[in-house]
Order: sequence, then C-alpha cells, then structure tokens
Amino acid sequence: MSEDHLDALALLHDPVRRSLYDVVAASGGEVGRGEAAESAGISRTLAGHHLDKLVEAGLLESGLRPQERRGPGSGRPAKVYRRAGGERSVSLPPRDYQTLASVLAGVVELLGADEEAERAARRAGRRLAGPRGDEPVEAVLRERGYEPYAEGDRLRMRNCPFHALSREQPVLVCSMNLALCQGLLEGLGDDPERARLDPRPGECCVSLSKTNED
Amino acid sequence: MLGVMHLAQLNVAHLRAPMDAPELAAFVELLEPVNTLADTSPGFVWRMKESEDDPTATLTHAYGDHLLVNLSVWESLESLWDYAYRSAHLGVLRRRREWFLRTAEPYLVMWWIPEGRLPTVAEGMRRLERLRDEGPSPEAFTFKESYDSSQAASRPAAADARK
Repeated sequence: MSEDHLDALALLHDPVRRSLYDVVAASGGEVGRGEAAESAGISRTLAGHHLDKLVEAGLLESGLRPQERRGPGSGRPAKVYRRAGGERSVSLPPRDYQTLASVLAGVVELLGADEEAERAARRAGRRLAGPRGDEPVEAVLRERGYEPYAEGDRLRMRNCPFHALSREQPVLVCSMNLALCQGLLEGLGDDPERARLDPRPGECCVSLSKTNED
Repeated sequence: MLGVMHLAQLNVAHLRAPMDAPELAAFVELLEPVNTLADTSPGFVWRMKESEDDPTATLTHAYGDHLLVNLSVWESLESLWDYAYRSAHLGVLRRRREWFLRTAEPYLVMWWIPEGRLPTVAEGMRRLERLRDEGPSPEAFTFKESYDSSQAASRPAAADARK
C-alpha cells in the first residue's frame, strides 16, 4: 500500500505535474483543463495529459461540468478536476503515528479529559510558535498545511491537518485544533482570540479574524 | 423497484437538571436557533417535534426523567455529519458537559429506512439498546462504524436491486 503512495507521490516530481496539482489544490474546488493549462503556462492538450495521469494515480478526481451555453454548438460537457479526498503519506523507515493517535483520542474521550487535552494542545501551539518569532500567523499556518485563504473579513483554512482523526472524534479534535491555533497565535505574540470555531463542510473548523494592522 | 434509503438517527442526552432549571437556561435558548439550523441544513428530511408552536418544547417520552431525545431523518450520513460537526452545532456540542451528564455508553444510533417512512422513538430506543448490547451492525450503527444503505439488512430486496 505504501508502495502505491510512493508511486503516486513520485509523479509530483515532474514540475509540470506539480504545478498543475498545486493549481487544482489551491482552487479549493473544480478546475477545467483550460484554466489549469493557463495557470501552469502550458498547452491545453499537455495539461489534459498530465491531469489525467494525476487522476490515474488517485491524487486528483475528475468529473464533467455541463457547458454554460445550451443548445446546438455548445459542445460537450467540460472535464474538470478537483483534489482527491484520500490521504497519501510515505514514511521511511515505516512509521504509524495515526493508529496511536486514534487510540489516544479514544482514551481521552473515555476519560472525559477534553479540557486537559485542550490545555495540552494550547501549550503545544505555543511551543510550535516558539522558534518562529514575529512571523505572521498566516505563514506559520500555511507551512503547517492549513492552506489559509482570505474570505471577507476572515482568514479561512481549506485543509484540516488532522482530517482522519477529526472524522473519528470531531468534538475533541476540533476543540484541540482551536486550542492549538490559539496557542500558536499566543506564541507568536498575537491575539489568541483571533481564532474561533467556524466549521464548514470540507474545511478546517477554525477561522481567524484579519488583523487591522495592515 | 429501486428504493431510495434515508438515514434515521436517534440520540439521547441525560440532563444535569430539569429543563426549567437555571443551569439549563443557556441550552434552552440555543434550542430554537440550532433546530432551525438543522431544518435548513442540506440533506435534512424530517425531525420529530413535540410542538409546532413552541420551539423549546422537547420530546416527551416514557424512557425516564431528564432524558433528552432527538429523532431525525437525513438523506445521507454525510449530510447528518456536516450538520452535526461542520456547522454552528459543533459549538453547542463543545459545551455539552455544561448541560449533560457524561456517559460511556453509545448515545447516538443510526439506521437506514426506506424513503418516506418515518421512524418512531420506540424503534430508535430499541436500536440504541441493540447498539449498546451487541455493538454496531447494519441495523444500528455509529459514525465511527457505519454501514452504507446497500448493507441495510432490513431491506434485502432493495439491497439486491442496488448492485
């Protein structure tokens, strides 16, 4: 199984495929061939070829979007691509922290130790921020895989770094994630209250208020 | 005939105090907005109501005092999941310890029913009992161990027709 993951991830070594993957992932939704080709600066045919390779490897999913114009001459439905839901990870030598994390989350739930877990997560957030000095929180969150993006007066996050665990223990994991984000802010010398629970389907459960500084 | 299946869910919560106690005032206040959120969520089909006029009236039943019972029907497991854990309802769940006693037993059970059929509290309580006694099965399952509608053993004919 991890062989498959390695093969899939190796596809991203190609810079063209990598940039196509990034375009689709960053969109947070569906991207057509033409749009992806334009963003990556390559031809539509070449983009289609590479995008289909990424679908074959399970990194992207494809679908069909009906053309906006109706009637004769409007053409066939357009092929669109979105990031696949599954996770890929490779660890050498093999490591499996997910299983242990899942067991531990179950124990916290059983003990009703949510509050202790939240306090520990807040401390962990502060520690993670420690070496980052005065960096903007957005950069730190981006590096940690949250994929932040601006929407109105909020900074939302497209990706949940704890996705599989949050499916198992949503209340615990989302509460810990909020505490971790608040700890991060605190550790960066920022206001922890900028982070609040703001769940939405398919995204991280936390959003941040924008700073008024800039 | 290819039957569409819907997801029924029942959940219970043991209140720390009677509904009219001051400890529960904040919870009672949240009932209307949270129920409205459920009713307008994508995939919501039906929820058993005690009263059409009083949004704070909770279901009356014969399963003991201070026991809050919720019974609803959804188009899919994902739609119920998104409402429960990916909406403002999550913030209410985070505060559950303020109002509900902790329980080591399962407090939520789900099962598949043919579209158009409405479940009863008695049926849901039986299934919750079964989940507690025998663990998850296609007739009584949880988010952590779920079964899709083609595995709904109550309708083997429908299950055959789907694949």
